[in-house]
Amino acid sequence: MTTTESTRTSEPVLQLDGVRKEFGGVVAVQEFNLSVYSGEVVALVGDNGAGKSTLVKLVAGVHRPTAGQIRISGEEVTATDPRQVRELGIEVVYQDLALADHQPVYMNLFLGRELVTGPFRRLDKKRMARETQALVDELDVRIPSAKAIIRDLSGGQRQGIAISRATQWAKQLIIMDEPTAALGVAETAKVEELIDRLRRRDLAILLVSHDLDQVMRLANRITVLRRGVHVGTRMTEQTDKNEIVSMITGLQAADERA
Amino acid sequence: MTTTTTETAARRRTSLGSYDFRPYLVYIGFVLIFLVMAVTLRDEGFLTSGNLLLILQQTAPITVMAVGTVFVLSSGEIDLSIGSVVSLSALVSAVLLRDHGFVAGIAGGLLTGMTIGLINGLLVAKLRLPSFLITLGMMGLVTGLSERITRLQPVPSTNEVFNGLFGAGSLAGVSTLILWSGAVAVAGHCIFRHTRAGAHVLATGDNVGAARVAGVNVDRIRIGVLVASGACAALAGMLYTGRLHGATYTLGSADLLTVIAAVIIGGTRLKGGVGTVVGAVVGSLILGLLNNGLILAQFTPAEQQIARGLIILVAVVLTLREKKT
Ligand SMILES: Nc1ncnc2c1ncn2[C@@H]1O[C@H](COP(=O)(O)OP(=O)(O)O)[C@@H](O)[C@H]1O
Ligand SMILES: [Mg+2]
Repeated sequence: MTTTESTRTSEPVLQLDGVRKEFGGVVAVQEFNLSVYSGEVVALVGDNGAGKSTLVKLVAGVHRPTAGQIRISGEEVTATDPRQVRELGIEVVYQDLALADHQPVYMNLFLGRELVTGPFRRLDKKRMARETQALVDELDVRIPSAKAIIRDLSGGQRQGIAISRATQWAKQLIIMDEPTAALGVAETAKVEELIDRLRRRDLAILLVSHDLDQVMRLANRITVLRRGVHVGTRMTEQTDKNEIVSMITGLQAADERA
Repeated sequence: MTTTTTETAARRRTSLGSYDFRPYLVYIGFVLIFLVMAVTLRDEGFLTSGNLLLILQQTAPITVMAVGTVFVLSSGEIDLSIGSVVSLSALVSAVLLRDHGFVAGIAGGLLTGMTIGLINGLLVAKLRLPSFLITLGMMGLVTGLSERITRLQPVPSTNEVFNGLFGAGSLAGVSTLILWSGAVAVAGHCIFRHTRAGAHVLATGDNVGAARVAGVNVDRIRIGVLVASGACAALAGMLYTGRLHGATYTLGSADLLTVIAAVIIGGTRLKGGVGTVVGAVVGSLILGLLNNGLILAQFTPAEQQIARGLIILVAVVLTLREKKT
């Protein structure tokens, strides 16, 4: 499953070249280079304020890079437009702005892309509920019903729904910002299983996480940010937790060209 | 795979457990109040078809505004200017009717309400100001305008076609007041429950960030609901004008609290994300029933006022208490 850079033949799903982001005078991301391929999980780690969320928002089309290029399946992202990025098959599971709590599961899954039927463009609630049920069954996200209200679900179920929604629409890449930060042990395990299942469906996953054990378990590669500096990228098989920790904390200097 | 304890807990809560009866409170309340009044006020003529139709007619303007308010509250906003828009639209409509005729009267009245709604919406959406403050300011401004343009004088409406169409007349034996409120309620319900626009209103009120990243144009939603609310208030103003054969600057001045109470009693969430047009219509009917009962029971106007305030308070407290989760 884990291929090395040199043996890859396919084009990367996501390619970041010399990406830099400044906010006023603050350099949030200095020079970031990364390629993400189908069927792999790449973990993005770093301390608080390292620039991880900024990087997620750059890829999501929320921010525009100050310099450098972002390519999705070879196509350069030019406009600052989350909609363009979504149309290119990329979905983001945001940590905070995930779901509409008082709406049923199926309306959340189809939010912004509701199915309609007939000349009056009436919402096709039946079909949305049916397709939602099929998807959560397939992903083994266990909820009482596709018509359940989000508020009545547990934290793990909610995160399962947020990830299912991303899966429903992502053709290429899913970016997850701290998907298990708010979850208990058992719920975290379920979400990790889900991530693993998505990888086997040949999706690319960029996983932002604080949990280094989780990162070692799930990721094929790990890339480290420290105060906006891209310290480097490692194959999980060829590194260990100690090295990653020293990259995060600065005990280890940044690679020549990360 | 084992089911975690929290998941089982969540499942139990949704199926059995403490059954949440509040969505049905308004319907239960309606039936109870109706039955109590049918028994106690039978000799005063409560149950006559004339009286029951009268209740429907008198609540029509409130019902129309309640439909607009369901959209506004569900989207997480509030429109405090509706009462003031009622009088200004009514006055503009009556003046244009007198000077320029039927079409100008109708168009002018509606456009007045929609323009005020549009200004509210633009200020809320583009300047990111709270609708509570914007529409409160707008209420003061519009009330002043109404008083200024007519120098506190009533404007009679002698256009019988207009009066007939907007409240004084009937079609196939049904009062046009009832027809208008019914049409607005049905249209409002269909849009709210069965279109993407309705779903986006709810999502915006529920979690504006989630709605935005899902591609919902939340600015358009905010502007849209406030324009709709202005249009509903304008129609209510025209219904008063038609029924009373004229407009005054005091029309609608007591309606704001009644409308919001009707909508909240009906089951719409003040903080957005949950709403029901059908509930709001029934909420409006409940308040109409109580109003009628208080008059039949020969309470003085001051006593009616006290009773209405109390009833609204009790109803709102019962409905608003959020279920602890
Ligand atoms: N919109 C913004 N405006 C100004 N500075 C920002 C903005 N977003 C992030 N930053 C700054 O960029 C740096 C990186 O932040 P962030 O990407 O949120 O880090 P992380 O997610 O790794 O904790 C921080 O110094 C933060 O203050
Ligand atoms: Mg962050």
